[in-house]
Amino acid sequence: MRSKILTFMVSFLLWMLLSFSPDWQHIVIGILVSFLVALSMGDMFTNEAHKWLNPRRYIWFLYCLVVFIWECLKSNIDVALRVLNPRLPINPGIVKVRTILKTETALTFLANFITLTPGTLSVDVDKENSCLYIHWIDVKSQDVEEASKIIVSNFERILKEVFK
Amino acid sequence: MNETIALIFIIIGITFDLFGCIGLIRLPDVYNRLQASTKCVTLGTCGILLGVLIRFGFTAAGAKALLCIIFLLLTSPVAAHALARGAHKSGIKLWEKSVCDKYEEDK
Repeated sequence: MRSKILTFMVSFLLWMLLSFSPDWQHIVIGILVSFLVALSMGDMFTNEAHKWLNPRRYIWFLYCLVVFIWECLKSNIDVALRVLNPRLPINPGIVKVRTILKTETALTFLANFITLTPGTLSVDVDKENSCLYIHWIDVKSQDVEEASKIIVSNFERILKEVFK
Repeated sequence: MNETIALIFIIIGITFDLFGCIGLIRLPDVYNRLQASTKCVTLGTCGILLGVLIRFGFTAAGAKALLCIIFLLLTSPVAAHALARGAHKSGIKLWEKSVCDKYEEDK
């Protein structure tokens, strides 16, 4: 039930931002459509609705966004330099890393962050053993522990606070 | 003033989009190409949309640009992940000079 209410609120907010006119016709249609969406798909949205009410998570999430934007800029400059270099200095390979995160949302966010940070692209997630397979454009270490330390430990620490 | 800042953001965005396209042509295999295209094109397109947001302020067009940034950040890594996984499952090999392939070993 909570998940449905949350779905309703989020989809209504999105609708209002998209239509961007506080006119009664738009609001009525928005309420109707979000109600239908919440009724049919509300249970899929989240299964831990109580976590959405904790303000501490939002503060950590903001910090997480700042770190993420910084890493994203770094990764872009890194890729641009590699691509423009005439010798093409790449050393690619797929490595395996281990993570301590367990919930689905946290793993999704971790995989997304890995993809958008310097030189790494997540290829597959093994949920039972909580492992990720990552394509690395410049392999620094093939060892599981070592690679985990370089790639995921930084984000893991923050995401643990947001989603635990 | 706003126009100048917006223009700078749009120029940065287009430059990174261009780098992404150069990467798409120069890098050797599917996985490396996905790396270049995902990263550069995400930041490039976000830069262009941010320029639009600054130019128009928080109006109908600006709010749509902001929403597009959020959706782009959420969907583009997922698309890259799906493409890489699909390519690996359908048996596309890594570049011959690749160092290791732990995914192949664990299958």
